[in-house]
Amino acid sequence: MSNKKTEPNKIDISNLYKQFGQNVVLNNFNLAIKNGESLCLIGTSGCGKSVALKCLIGLIHADSGSIKVDGQETLGQSRSEHENLLNRFGMTFQFGALFDSLPIWENVTFRLRQKEKLNRKIAREIAGDIIDQLGLAPRVLDLYPAELSGGMQKRAAIARAIADKPEILLFDEPTSGLDPITSGVINDLILNSVKRLGATTLTISHDMASVRQIADKVAMIHHGSIIWCGPVADMHQTGIPEVDQFVNGRPYGPLTSTAPKIEKTAPSEIIN
Amino acid sequence: MRFVQSLGASLLSLCRMIGSITLFIALALRWGLVPPFYGRQIVRQLIDIGYYSLPVVGLTTLFSGMVLALQSYTGFARFSAEDTVATVVVLSVTRELGPVLAGLMVAGRIGASIAAEIGTMRVTDQIDALDTLSTRPMQYLVGPRLIAGTICLPILVLIGDIIGVFGGYLVGVYRLGFNPSTYLSRTLEFLEFDDVLLGLIKAAIFGFIIALMGCYHGYHSGRGAEGVGKATTNAVVSASILILIANYTVTALFFG
Repeated sequence: MSNKKTEPNKIDISNLYKQFGQNVVLNNFNLAIKNGESLCLIGTSGCGKSVALKCLIGLIHADSGSIKVDGQETLGQSRSEHENLLNRFGMTFQFGALFDSLPIWENVTFRLRQKEKLNRKIAREIAGDIIDQLGLAPRVLDLYPAELSGGMQKRAAIARAIADKPEILLFDEPTSGLDPITSGVINDLILNSVKRLGATTLTISHDMASVRQIADKVAMIHHGSIIWCGPVADMHQTGIPEVDQFVNGRPYGPLTSTAPKIEKTAPSEIIN
Repeated sequence: MRFVQSLGASLLSLCRMIGSITLFIALALRWGLVPPFYGRQIVRQLIDIGYYSLPVVGLTTLFSGMVLALQSYTGFARFSAEDTVATVVVLSVTRELGPVLAGLMVAGRIGASIAAEIGTMRVTDQIDALDTLSTRPMQYLVGPRLIAGTICLPILVLIGDIIGVFGGYLVGVYRLGFNPSTYLSRTLEFLEFDDVLLGLIKAAIFGFIIALMGCYHGYHSGRGAEGVGKATTNAVVSASILILIANYTVTALFFG
């Protein structure tokens, strides 16, 4: 008989339920991510991906269910336990969420400075090293977020998320609104950063090219539940019509039950 | 029936808002006024609320002092009590006009700016980002504004009082023909320390109210530009109304 113990999942979410008013957003949501794994969560807009991510990090309180990190239950934790947990996470938001009133170097080292009471000179040097790894020029350090392009803001947000080497990284649509070239660069940066840190990663994305590039596993959420989860290589052969439609980007199918009617309009109607 | 329903809905909504504000005040006091204090944030807010509000408060109290001297002269001349103009100006400005006018002007300027800034941070996920970076928004955003508001308003009002009395002096001496030294002696003769102190206590309460309403409405801002716009309007309106209510309450408490 083998005494080999199975390593617990890094993140284990089970039976998560969340409702806003009458609107059930998450229902029997189950997801497991192994240590060091990169999982992409896909699904149509408004299906509950961001809510699931925010429940995981405690920004939204789930109504019921269980969220375990390294086997430890996180729902119902005290504020100080929750703060210790947050120190293990790094997160980027869909629109960057960089602090407008702080220059980039202060944004990047925000948590480091709070935690380790670094002086400004050392913090600035650390920020310089990090943004250099992410391909940003040193002059960016003293600029404010509003002075950066969308791609540069995404890089700065990634720099902030990885600055204090978290164990778990969460990316909420890291390539949304970017051109394909910049998206590719951001994906490379995510891959390199994750590899360097050995972090477990959960990414929300609509961009299937990104998903293929950065994910080990893919999970699809529909009507608040995970309907498929498997290796990225298998996502074209799931046999699930919803997954098939989403992955292949088909406009009509079970996710959009009816095709919109396009009625012919007489020119006179347009003028009037 | 529909009237009763809508009345009930309005009452419930009012109760919910009062509960929400009370909870926010409790959290703000619990977390906003205990260490760690964010020194740079406090200094930034002191400059924003205090230094940059000086021109608007100075101009408001200057012209209010001037017009008060003219109006009280017109009234008092009817029963030959013109020599009380200086006393009326100084008491009105220190006890009432200085704190209320400064409070209302700062509510417009700072209440709106705090609500817009925090509201924008809310809709762009910056407040959530603070949380994920292990920083309590109550301590980083709300605390410094409450502290700065409560400290700055009394200082602004003290300066405003001096400027307002100076405005009355200008009109009294150069327009109404009072003797400068008589006007000054009349100004100081009946002024008591408690008059100034009452104004400063009111100002500290008003400063707290302005910062609190700005933070509360910004923190609970709805989505998008419309949500931030509404939060800004609500912050200014609620701060102004609460200032007027608090003004009467404090005056009534200290009366007599």
